[in-house]
Amino acid sequence: MTQPIARRSRAPTPALLAFCLFAALPAQAVEYAVLKPEASKISFVSRQMGVPVEGGFKRFGAQLSFDPAKPATSRTWIEIDLTSVDAGSREANEEVMGRNWFDTRPFPTARFESTALKALGGNRFEARGRLTVKGRVKEISAPFTFTESAGKGLFVGAFTFKRLEFGIGAGPWGDTDTVADEVQVKFQITAAPR
Amino acid sequence: MPAYTRTAIVLHWLIALLICVALPMGLAMQELALSPLKLKLYAWHKWLGVTVFLLAVLRVLWRATHAAPPEPETMPPWQRTAARLAHGALYALLLLIPLSGWLMSSAKGFQTVYLGVLPLPDLLAKDEALGKLLALVHEQLNHVLLALVIVHVAAAVKHHRVDRDDVLVRMLPWLKH
Repeated sequence: MTQPIARRSRAPTPALLAFCLFAALPAQAVEYAVLKPEASKISFVSRQMGVPVEGGFKRFGAQLSFDPAKPATSRTWIEIDLTSVDAGSREANEEVMGRNWFDTRPFPTARFESTALKALGGNRFEARGRLTVKGRVKEISAPFTFTESAGKGLFVGAFTFKRLEFGIGAGPWGDTDTVADEVQVKFQITAAPR
Repeated sequence: MPAYTRTAIVLHWLIALLICVALPMGLAMQELALSPLKLKLYAWHKWLGVTVFLLAVLRVLWRATHAAPPEPETMPPWQRTAARLAHGALYALLLLIPLSGWLMSSAKGFQTVYLGVLPLPDLLAKDEALGKLLALVHEQLNHVLLALVIVHVAAAVKHHRVDRDDVLVRMLPWLKH
């Protein structure tokens, strides 16, 4: 389980790959593995004085191994470049990379590594895993939906990130009346078959 | 002696008080580095602005249905015209300044949530250039307001001290002796 996911490749022949891409293959035969960054998005909504403020990350990488027919064997990691943060304004971006928040110099990335994945019925699933931010590791779970279209898989989900558990927004920013502890993180990940 | 109604007087001084807080707050808060205090001041400034807008709407409706007392007989016609124009401009600014602030906030990507609980719709999508333009509009309208308020106060004092008429007293009945 500790070995990297992507290397657990089934090494499809080019002919099989072409078949996977262009034929209407039954879903269970497809393993979604290749992140399509241009069709993927990781965003978040924080609450400042009761005002929902949208933000996001422009750069992130992921390795997936997801077969909707066999979710239990699926493994995923996602790594976010925290310096690519868009927190709503230039001023906020600079602040949020600073020591009180992400502290991107020693901690440039946030990482999620799945430990378990289960089907919730229909196209709904739940990923559990370890989230590492600013040197702290916490177990989280994120429900998501999975849909297939045009030969690609789309994962859409969200989870609540409690910033103070990770020391995000320390010092004077610990006041949750100004900036709420709970941040909604939303993801929309598009992956192609390996 | 004809005076303003109690409602008009209360609205006038309430709005004046709120502007005396919101305007210096608006000037000071932009200079601050990003901090919880800055976020609080921005929120409070917006709440004050929305409140001024609501009170100004009431004020204009009240004024439309309750005539203001006539100017003193002794006032020259040009002064009456100037006073009416200035009052009209003040009413307009009480509405336009909060509106420009609300639109600016939307264009900068920050929704206005009145008192932290009542979200106002964003009429504009996030647009950095438009946000900057509206910030300039909001600022310049405030400069006009500040200039008009100075003239407004100076005129009131002049009526009271120089002309010795009832123009100030009818808006400030406690002054009467």
